Amino acid sequence: MTPLGPYASFIVTSYAAVAIVVAALIAWVMTDYRRQKKRLRDLEAAGTTRRSGRSATDLS
Amino acid sequence: MTALAALIRRDVRVALRVGGGALIGVLFFLTVVVLMPFAVGPDLALLKKLGPAILWLGALLASLLTLDRLFMADHEDGALDLILMSRTPLELACAAKALAHWLAAGLPLIVATPVLGLLLNLDGAATGAVALTLLAGTPALTFTGMIGAALAVTLRRGGLLLAVLVLPLSIPVLIFGVAASQAAITGPASFGTPFSILCALSLASLVIGPFAAAASLRQGLD
Amino acid sequence: MTLIDLANPSRFLALASRILPWLVAATAIVLAIGLYQSATAPDDYQQGATVKIMFIHVPNAWLSMFVWSIMSVAALGTLVWRHPLADVAQKTAAPIGAAFTFLALVTGSLWGRPMWGTYWEWDARLTSVLILFLMYLGLMALWRAVDDPSRAARAAAVLTLVGAINIPIIKFSVDWWNTLHQGESVFRMGGPTLDRAFLIPLLVMAVGFTLLFLTLHIAAMRNEILRRRVRTLQMLQAGRPQDRA
Repeated sequence: MTPLGPYASFIVTSYAAVAIVVAALIAWVMTDYRRQKKRLRDLEAAGTTRRSGRSATDLS
Repeated sequence: MTALAALIRRDVRVALRVGGGALIGVLFFLTVVVLMPFAVGPDLALLKKLGPAILWLGALLASLLTLDRLFMADHEDGALDLILMSRTPLELACAAKALAHWLAAGLPLIVATPVLGLLLNLDGAATGAVALTLLAGTPALTFTGMIGAALAVTLRRGGLLLAVLVLPLSIPVLIFGVAASQAAITGPASFGTPFSILCALSLASLVIGPFAAAASLRQGLD
Repeated sequence: MTLIDLANPSRFLALASRILPWLVAATAIVLAIGLYQSATAPDDYQQGATVKIMFIHVPNAWLSMFVWSIMSVAALGTLVWRHPLADVAQKTAAPIGAAFTFLALVTGSLWGRPMWGTYWEWDARLTSVLILFLMYLGLMALWRAVDDPSRAARAAAVLTLVGAINIPIIKFSVDWWNTLHQGESVFRMGGPTLDRAFLIPLLVMAVGFTLLFLTLHIAAMRNEILRRRVRTLQMLQAGRPQDRA
């Protein structure tokens, strides 16, 4: 990889910004998923049932 | 008298009454224009240069302030539900209310402009130019603002959200309004181009505003 | 399985769980290839190595507009066909689109400083993208302001469609106005003017970012459907006789 020239800091900062925001989006999606599954598990443990009779945590 | 004419007359009457909000808009306009020299400094040459921009910004903020009255009062006393259920098409009713709002709240701003222009050291031609662009542009502000007002009508603290929603849509009007005023005052750039675009924005909003507002009202209230 | 089956949230959940791993893999591979190609791309004779910023700036800019277009289609689905998944698609796309718009503005600003000497310029292209960003934020605020999800969806749909006017304005802003931002070099009538050495990495990164959006969007839609299931069950639970005091 050729050296990045006099404006290297701008290039690196741009790529870093993209990496950080994309990582944050991925983290948001993943933690939200875990949070919702946990809530569903807790609701099911408390005895609430869905109208269809299937498990609350069933993903199909 | 047709239903729409009655609606316009009623809205204008209510707005002009004490506590109706029309003249509050002018007062706010005055406040903004008076505050600017305190913030910017009393340099008359600078004020003259910024004059059209200050007047336009004041008019934009003043019309934003009075926008939530467009539907709120009617929603609170149930008149909005009656309007929704009546035989007049909701789109025309929204257009009528926006027209009434412009007559009661927008026109006073335009009338106040020459007086406020004096405070900003603007000469007659400049003030005239600003007033003309306001005349062409304030309908756009009212009719696009109506969309935000309709979206926010059923929310309890909708006033702030209304401003957030309406501002991005008002920015083009502001840009072309100030550009047209500046072109008329300083000269080389053409006045016609930004002014025609300003008129086009107003005309487009006369159509899009009522349809979008009616759609928003329908799902907000059913 | 027909398209109409996708309207069933549970079927969608099943489909999403099946294809997400593939989407994640595809995204990772394409982005990896794109990043390698961006890193090894030659220097531009005018811009030097800073042309590498283009490979992340342009895909983010394209996506910021693409996502609003997707939301507009979903908005039509909500208003015209009352498609249940259209609401979910609309709501989940907004934060992702806002993030891409933010990145387009940031990377563009960092590219502008070496190129034009300024971090920001109030020209037509930059101003209209900033307005797009504000509209994304306003839309997200509207979603949170209304309690009932289906009413929120319809209000958001109206706002999305009204805001869609900004997309062609952004696209053609560099043609209609004399702007600092450079003109179209890829999507234009005569075909791309960009040299192949830059065009290929750019297109690969664009595909990679689009796959990234699809992955995030489908995963977020899955989360939103689960969130609504939680809400329904919580309301059922609150109404149960044995739970009432």
